[in-house]
Amino acid sequence: MIKTGAEILCECLIKEGVEVIFGFPGGVLLPLYDTLPHYPQLRHILVRHEQGAAHAADAYARVTGKVGVCLATSGPGATNLVTGIANAYLDSVPLLSITGQVPTHFIGKDAFQEIDITGITVPITKYNQLVLNVDGLARAVHEAIYVAMTGRPGPVLLDIPRDVFQARTEYICADKIDLPGFKPKLFGHPSQIKKAAELIASAERPVIVAGHGVNIAQAHAELKELAENAQLPVVTTFLGIACFPESHVLSYGWLGMHGMGYANKAVHNADLLIAIGMRFDDRATGGVSTFAPQARIVHIDVDAAEIGKNLTVDVPIVGDVKNVLHALNKQLVKRDHIGWLSQLDDWRAQHPATEVRDHEGVLPQYIIRQIHEATKGDTIIVTGVGQAQMWAAQYFFYDKPNSFVSSGGLGTMGFELPGAIGAKVGCPHETVWCIAGDGGFQMTVQELATMVQEDLDINIAVFNNGWLGMVRQWQELIYNKRYFGTKLYNPDFVKIAEAYGMKGVRVSKKMDVRPAIHKAMDHKGPFLIEFVVEPEENVYPFVPPGKTIVEFLEMPSPLGSLKK
Amino acid sequence: MIRKHILVALVQDRPGVLNRIASTLRRRNFNIESIAVGHIEQPLLSRMTIVVEGDDASVEQVRKQLDKIIEVIRIADITGESPVAREMAMIKVRATPSTRSEIIQIVDIFRANIVDVSPDSLILVVTGTQEKVDTLIELLRGFGIREMSRTGTIALPRGGAGPLTIEENKPLRHVVEQAAPEEEILPDW
Ligand SMILES: Cc1ncc(C[n+]2csc(CCOP(=O)(O)OP(=O)(O)O)c2C)c(N)n1
Repeated sequence: MIKTGAEILCECLIKEGVEVIFGFPGGVLLPLYDTLPHYPQLRHILVRHEQGAAHAADAYARVTGKVGVCLATSGPGATNLVTGIANAYLDSVPLLSITGQVPTHFIGKDAFQEIDITGITVPITKYNQLVLNVDGLARAVHEAIYVAMTGRPGPVLLDIPRDVFQARTEYICADKIDLPGFKPKLFGHPSQIKKAAELIASAERPVIVAGHGVNIAQAHAELKELAENAQLPVVTTFLGIACFPESHVLSYGWLGMHGMGYANKAVHNADLLIAIGMRFDDRATGGVSTFAPQARIVHIDVDAAEIGKNLTVDVPIVGDVKNVLHALNKQLVKRDHIGWLSQLDDWRAQHPATEVRDHEGVLPQYIIRQIHEATKGDTIIVTGVGQAQMWAAQYFFYDKPNSFVSSGGLGTMGFELPGAIGAKVGCPHETVWCIAGDGGFQMTVQELATMVQEDLDINIAVFNNGWLGMVRQWQELIYNKRYFGTKLYNPDFVKIAEAYGMKGVRVSKKMDVRPAIHKAMDHKGPFLIEFVVEPEENVYPFVPPGKTIVEFLEMPSPLGSLKK
Repeated sequence: MIRKHILVALVQDRPGVLNRIASTLRRRNFNIESIAVGHIEQPLLSRMTIVVEGDDASVEQVRKQLDKIIEVIRIADITGESPVAREMAMIKVRATPSTRSEIIQIVDIFRANIVDVSPDSLILVVTGTQEKVDTLIELLRGFGIREMSRTGTIALPRGGAGPLTIEENKPLRHVVEQAAPEEEILPDW
């Protein structure tokens, strides 16, 4: 059948199971926007800024496990995607960005809104391509999605000139992928897996460190089986949160700069780390030369280049986490580690990190705990970046896979609102809570309009502390309270919500917290709560940069002394 | 130990490949000493020879990063295999009637060739190891080098099949069926 490029693109997306496109139009996209209405299977969600489209598609991909698709016009539309693409790159999210490009005969002429987006995104995409010929379009779409989804997922970008959307060609459904250079290793090497099993059998103080890869590979059941059969305590990374039920007896929180003291101690004192789908990020390891000094390390990851990147490991296993764990589980001997686990329990008792202290004012930690109780933990939490993000990670207990959506690698303020949109669109039957700092909220505040236009039932909690809180905290603790550039003049957030046509309330008393949370959840449609919180509250534990992860600072006791 | 490494890569001949490779090396903080690219016996493929400096572990790390580039079909560090490595240089050197014969002597010793002669200069071409080319350049510097161009190193491993050899009966392109389950691809661990 003869079809236009725009039609071919739509057909291919539908064939790949795409249902939603987060987009924003522009001149070179007009042929596509003229075609999209003929494909009602593709729901187009109009965002208010292309960064929002990328973040929404990113969060959509995280909660659904499908490819997220965003669409932007040439020039400024494409460059507005860049932060979102980088975010997806660092967190290994399968994101397909489609950008319009000026017509082929203008390329290289510095035409109006021409920008070399494939050049710009080389370091932040797994793969990208400028599609110069309509005959290659179908193949390009299938290849791009295949690359995005296979092995270690990541963002891909297709740049499509306007005339390629308009050109007609015989549409032959491309059903073959021809990428000789793409060779993800999906199954671990049997002899390495055997070595790992032996190490696990003989370890005295083993700890599993489970990362985002477990969530991505949907290896939750395999991880649970591994932990339970060999009685291995599980610590997660920040992005590994929710890959193992936090209410499980073998769950010992997450490690790193703001991780739980007992998690850091467990890792630091372990004689064997089984690192699964994680990459020894510096926020997780602290000073890497003193990380887990007594441990031998088994490192399981689908990306061979992650092995040995940040530290040397003893048993590398390259393969899809689900496959590797499946194979590993078959070789395990049942064991117990009663002494070691009770040691961990002691540490947990000594370093409580998730207890909300008694306090008259509105503590951000208290709000998070109240949201946990009100939702019974059955919700998707989407966060921004900063203190509120850390409290959301610490004070909520995550039992459900993929229920925690947060910008980990890039730490992108402004992820929260569009991220919540993507999560809600991807999981319309789930409750979604957006945990926003007052700073980050204002970075992508325009997406409130998207929520209202799409009538998305999202609960937004804005933590108004009047500061760029996390930076203020560093200025307090590391720069001796020399506050500069961190005090915020804030708008009336409730009026902002109302101006966008949504409901909102302000809460500045502790007793109003819980009723407001229920009000938001009972309300159909987007609802904003502005929580006026304790302004100079700090996130603890805190491992100062460069320190070993057991050198964490804890919440000062009322007497003002720092407990070690 | 920091030393020179020779990486050889088989890449798909597509726009942007060189950019991706250079970008990866730059991002991981490597200085590229040279890159040489050319077609090979197979259509649509090119071979690159990349010379970088670094310790073994970090070069292996960057090799793995380069291997992730979709257009890179195979890439190997052949430094340890004492490969045959050569480069070529064209040197335009000032030559007066009084220096000409001395230059020609040097050219002979180095088995270089004179490919152009003009009243006040010569263009000569030399191939050899990098050290040989460097030495020749040093010797000629005193006469006055007016212009010069070097190809950068190209290299082949000695002996039978090398890490990039394409076996004749095995298709290079493993075409992946869209719907078919993912086949097991042999890992190198
Ligand atoms: C786009 C972006 N700019 C700057 C930063 C640096 N940064 C990290 S946390 C933070 C403060 C966040 O403030 P807010 O959103 O109010 O959250 P809070 O820490 O107060 O909870 C800043 C500025 C960032 N992570 N992202």
